[in-house]
Amino acid sequence: MSRAKFSWSRLASHRTREILSDILLTLGVTALLFCAWYVWVGDVVAGIRQDAASQKLAQSWVTTRELPEFDRNMGDSTGTVVGSTPPVTRPPGIGKAFATLIVPRFGKNYERSIAQSVDVAKVLNNMNTGVGHYVTSDALGEVGNFALAGHRTTYGAAFGSIDTLRIGDRIYLETVKGWYIYRFRNMEWAYSSDSTVLNPVPQLSISPKQRILTMTTCHPKLSSAERFIAFSVFETFVPRQVGMPAEVAALRTR
Amino acid sequence: MYSALWRILPGPRWVKVIELVALVVIVLSVCVEWVFPWVAETFIQSEATVGQ
Repeated sequence: MSRAKFSWSRLASHRTREILSDILLTLGVTALLFCAWYVWVGDVVAGIRQDAASQKLAQSWVTTRELPEFDRNMGDSTGTVVGSTPPVTRPPGIGKAFATLIVPRFGKNYERSIAQSVDVAKVLNNMNTGVGHYVTSDALGEVGNFALAGHRTTYGAAFGSIDTLRIGDRIYLETVKGWYIYRFRNMEWAYSSDSTVLNPVPQLSISPKQRILTMTTCHPKLSSAERFIAFSVFETFVPRQVGMPAEVAALRTR
Repeated sequence: MYSALWRILPGPRWVKVIELVALVVIVLSVCVEWVFPWVAETFIQSEATVGQ
């Protein structure tokens, strides 16, 4: 007789129905708000914060009094671009920003700090960085592969426009010493297990002669099924005392 | 639930509206600042790396 005790009419009373519908409505609206925040609003806000943090970092280098190591090694004082043997920038401790990434193709305001390690919480989802350097890959300026990771979507989407890169596009890596200039060479898709793209010569096991910049991000957008990999080749280094490369200066004078 | 909230809120109608807007703003900021980031980090796997 337990069925008799349970009353559908009581459950369906006006008051119960109202509370139930209010709860469901609230949950639904919250879920929609979360989606909008996750793929759009939160992403844009994180991107703006990361751009600002990166500009601040670059600004601190402009005013630095420290004489770049490059001077002593290369003896350049005439303002000539010395060529393609750049100084090596040793990465600092985990999570610390040591360079900024400037990709004119990614838009006028785009500029992101590069921090050591690709730890999701410490670097990739961080409001001040967004781009991480694989600790296992080579140092910036070293012959070999300088490999970076960044999000394709969400958390500022550092590499969100990676698919818009065209062959020959310049990519600038700025440090306290100056600008490392790379040219975009090619892209490919890989699985997350394919760590050979981080090899000194990507995908091969031979000793390197070139300096490669590898950028990895997820693919397709909003999925982690595959990885989008972009390779660029080192072109030249411009020491800070020579002055900001024209393309970077044009972006900075916005 | 919401009708009860409307009754509990003090003041005339226009004051209640202002109070409601303030409540919505508070709830939304709590969501955006703490709840949503926690949900995203905890339940959504977003990867960008290889071989990790």
